[in-house]
Amino acid sequence: MSAVTSSRWLRRAPDRARSGERRKRFDRVADGVLFGICALAALLSAAVIVAIGYQVIHGASPAISKFGLSFIYETTWQPNFGVFGAGSLLFGTLVSSFVALAIGAPIAISIGLYLSLLAPAGVRGVIGPLVEMLAAIPSVILGFWGILILAPFVQGTLEPWLHDTLGFIPIFGAPETTGASIFTASLILTIMVVPIVASISRDLFLAVPREVQDGASALGATRWEVVRGVVLPSTASGVVAASLLGLGRALGEAIAVTQVIGAGAAINASLFKTGDTLASRIASQFPGAITELHIASLYYLGVILLVIGLISNLAAQWIGRRFDYRRLAR
Amino acid sequence: MSPAAFDPTAPLTPSGNLRRRRAVSRVAEYGATAAALFAVAVLGIVIYTVLSRGAGALSLDFLFSGAPTGIGPAILGTVMIVVAATVIAMPLGVLVALFVTEFAGERVTAASRLTLDLLNGLPSIIIGLFVFALLVEFKTQSGFACSVGLAIIMLPLVARGTQEVLLLVPGNLREAADALGVSRWRAVLTVILPSALGGILTATVLAVARAAGETAPALLLSSVFSGKEAIFNFFGEAVPNIPVTIFTLSEEGSPDGFTRAWGASLVLISFILFASLGARAMHARSLRKMSS
Repeated sequence: MSAVTSSRWLRRAPDRARSGERRKRFDRVADGVLFGICALAALLSAAVIVAIGYQVIHGASPAISKFGLSFIYETTWQPNFGVFGAGSLLFGTLVSSFVALAIGAPIAISIGLYLSLLAPAGVRGVIGPLVEMLAAIPSVILGFWGILILAPFVQGTLEPWLHDTLGFIPIFGAPETTGASIFTASLILTIMVVPIVASISRDLFLAVPREVQDGASALGATRWEVVRGVVLPSTASGVVAASLLGLGRALGEAIAVTQVIGAGAAINASLFKTGDTLASRIASQFPGAITELHIASLYYLGVILLVIGLISNLAAQWIGRRFDYRRLAR
Repeated sequence: MSPAAFDPTAPLTPSGNLRRRRAVSRVAEYGATAAALFAVAVLGIVIYTVLSRGAGALSLDFLFSGAPTGIGPAILGTVMIVVAATVIAMPLGVLVALFVTEFAGERVTAASRLTLDLLNGLPSIIIGLFVFALLVEFKTQSGFACSVGLAIIMLPLVARGTQEVLLLVPGNLREAADALGVSRWRAVLTVILPSALGGILTATVLAVARAAGETAPALLLSSVFSGKEAIFNFFGEAVPNIPVTIFTLSEEGSPDGFTRAWGASLVLISFILFASLGARAMHARSLRKMSS
């Protein structure tokens, strides 16, 4: 390719010195152009984040000026009367996400341990991709499956059983009739969180140097003691970061939650009652919202969601940064 | 007789404390294995349900004609939307990755990486709200708006994937190009990008698989349609698409609609699974090529 170009240059300009000069100048310009468009693309991606923040806050401004900060904890949401508050939605978001994480993180970390330390190479190559495949299922399909398959099972079997055995704890109240509940939403979110946390923690565990583990085994530690004493402590901050990333995913999920949570308005102690989250309220009401205040309030929900999401993401980055592979290798 | 008496002929079997520790370890191993099997079982159940319930709905008529019998327009619409999103996101993503690996210094790299991670962690419904305010409010929903939303979702995926392969391009290729006096842009276009092409395509296909099933942006940006006929007015009208079709049918609650929603789910999920499997195979191949 380069030979072809140079011979064309030669034919056009017999004076080789001058053609070299021209080519050099052209190269310099082309280098500059390439750098320019690359830098522009990078700037654009940063600008998108800023623009998202601006547009969402701008869209929320009528609601912000009307309700102020009390919007965050007020629990009335009545579009017909122009009264809006995010309290019960914030509650639903936090509860469903934390329950999802409480169920999902131990499962996901166990999967990470299995894939990195226990599974034979052949099995690892099959189960690893299958677990990641779970993350590829679109949320709308998971939610649809949730309404028709999971919710009846949860309502008919799981919730009565939990209510009978652990009913003295208020969070395991009497089941509702439909199966749409915060608990069902949490289970769906668990399915979404597990593959994310599992694949990150598997990579973390794989990075723990073999010699350290072998050293512990040589001292007589059992496999579990190696995990408990060497692998988990040295990757703890990374595992926390992975869980925070999973939490961020759960907080922001809109569609699947809308489908299974039942759009309840009240704050209930029982997980088996219906509820609603910030993201799912936006998804369920935005397409039908007409009044300016209603739309602005939904944008306000977006602002709250954006803030929580950014906090959990930045916290994950920050904790993850403190986890340093080199410290392990030393 | 004291238990500590040493008997050199006794077989080396665990006793007391050691037996307990062994048992704990065994239980932990079973627990971890069970967790992995559980996740695979959930995947199996979901896919089996979609297959068994969706297969009944599938027919040529279902795939090609419009609502109420089929989802032809939605399939066509999803293809249009995703192709346009790819056209926007792929070049941008590759350029961002090039900037980070070829031009930027350490601090800019860290900043750019943070930007991409934050962008990747944004809830897709927020991206829907953003594009709604940007392109749809006071105007009309359009397939194009949906493409822009999906492109924002795809951008960090393409950029991160490309970045990873660009870092894998052997250093001696770059050095050889430098030694031959090849200028930067020529080296990038003729040496670095071609050798990273496999990885770039993998990242793009994975991003496409992710974008094709995104519902939240589509619900806000391209959801007002009948689904009766294909819409080609891409910039001025909401374009039917599979995710919104599944969502509306699942909210309506009629058994007939459910059957069609399962059929649409089957179409969507098989596309996504084949795309991710293909990308995975492509990735393994390009890694092998790169290392040999």
